[in-house]
Amino acid sequence: MSLIKAFVAIIRRDLILAVRRRAEIVNPLFFFIIVVTLFPLGIGAQAKLLQAMAPGVIWVSALLAAMLSLDSLFRSDFDDGSLEQMLLSPYPVAVLVLGKIVAHWLVTGLPLILIAPLLAVFLGLPDAAMGTLVKTLVLGTPVLSLIGAIGVALTVGLRRGGMILSLLVLPLYIPVLIFASNAVDMAAMGLPVSAQINILMAILFLALVLAPLPAAAALKMSVN
Amino acid sequence: MESQQYCLQVNNLACVRDDRVLFEGVTFSLHPKQILLLEGKNGSGKTSLLRILCGFREPDEGEVLWDSVAINRSEFYRHMAYVGHLEGLKKELTVVENLKMGQALGFPGKMTIDQALTKVHLQGYDDTLVQALSAGQKRRLSLARLLITDAVLWILDEPLTSLDKEGMDLVESIMVEHVVSHQGMIVLTSHHDLSLPAVDVQRINLSSCH
Repeated sequence: MSLIKAFVAIIRRDLILAVRRRAEIVNPLFFFIIVVTLFPLGIGAQAKLLQAMAPGVIWVSALLAAMLSLDSLFRSDFDDGSLEQMLLSPYPVAVLVLGKIVAHWLVTGLPLILIAPLLAVFLGLPDAAMGTLVKTLVLGTPVLSLIGAIGVALTVGLRRGGMILSLLVLPLYIPVLIFASNAVDMAAMGLPVSAQINILMAILFLALVLAPLPAAAALKMSVN
Repeated sequence: MESQQYCLQVNNLACVRDDRVLFEGVTFSLHPKQILLLEGKNGSGKTSLLRILCGFREPDEGEVLWDSVAINRSEFYRHMAYVGHLEGLKKELTVVENLKMGQALGFPGKMTIDQALTKVHLQGYDDTLVQALSAGQKRRLSLARLLITDAVLWILDEPLTSLDKEGMDLVESIMVEHVVSHQGMIVLTSHHDLSLPAVDVQRINLSSCH
């Protein structure tokens, strides 16, 4: 079906672009690594404290890394007119936007998930919590991209949207942060976490269904 | 499909920008085999009118209809293609990759990518990155995008900018061919004098639409 073809074509194009630009993949990842590394340096050799803070540190860093990478989601498309072409296509724009979000997550979210366990070891997170950390990141980072897409779509037309973007998007990230870091915390203490995981899953599915529509509408407003 | 009669109709359109009326009372209808040329001074609202036709801007008054239905509720986007000031090309992608994307976002049309590249004299540039092309070549590439989808209505904003004499002749011949042989319709703005023989050209001067 040609709608699926268009969806796949968008993902493919954005992945090719990410590979050719590289900085787009590498920058958020390095930012994530550096921020997490700064905490032990700032706190000093207090292993207990660090261990207790590990879930929050990793999740807040992931949140900020995701936010910094958001602007690249629509910026270049807006600047070179590809966005106009996308909006004029006969296919539902929300589906194409979802394609862009998927590509963005593959480029910025997935590397975070892969590197996070390593950083968790570095912060002394107990092994028991490692699986839960990865699970929360797998469920949570797509939500960051999805919700973020609405924010960028609203601000891409502004010349200096960066500050407004963080004001718009960070509050909406709070539920993910609370449930995810709490789940990792609980897992570290050996408690069950299925409730938090289920809620994260619910948030992910809600965002998956609800985010592309307002993002598409906001993009239409931004190009006028 | 060729036998179907499409119609773009614009009724009493007005555009206000920053409390200034750019134009009002613009009414026309466009049928296959016709070209509409928008004229007017800089700032007379030519580009704004085209963007209203594309649905990017809401008209401040009036309506745009495709086959008598408002454009956002009709098959309009199935049948139109737009080339504006921004080329809509990714400079990190090759010529062919860009056109493939254009094709994926529309419906494959009259020409294959190879044929379209030959048509706009870009054959042999298949795997060249767009950032290595000159301004005129980019412009021709963005026009090649029109050829690879089956759009009936082309909306072109200054299609002749940054083209040399040869390029302008080429684009004019492509437009004439689209209109005459493919039952196409074109709305365009241009500062250059167009020599479009044997084509039904309507002209609207926006400077006089106050």
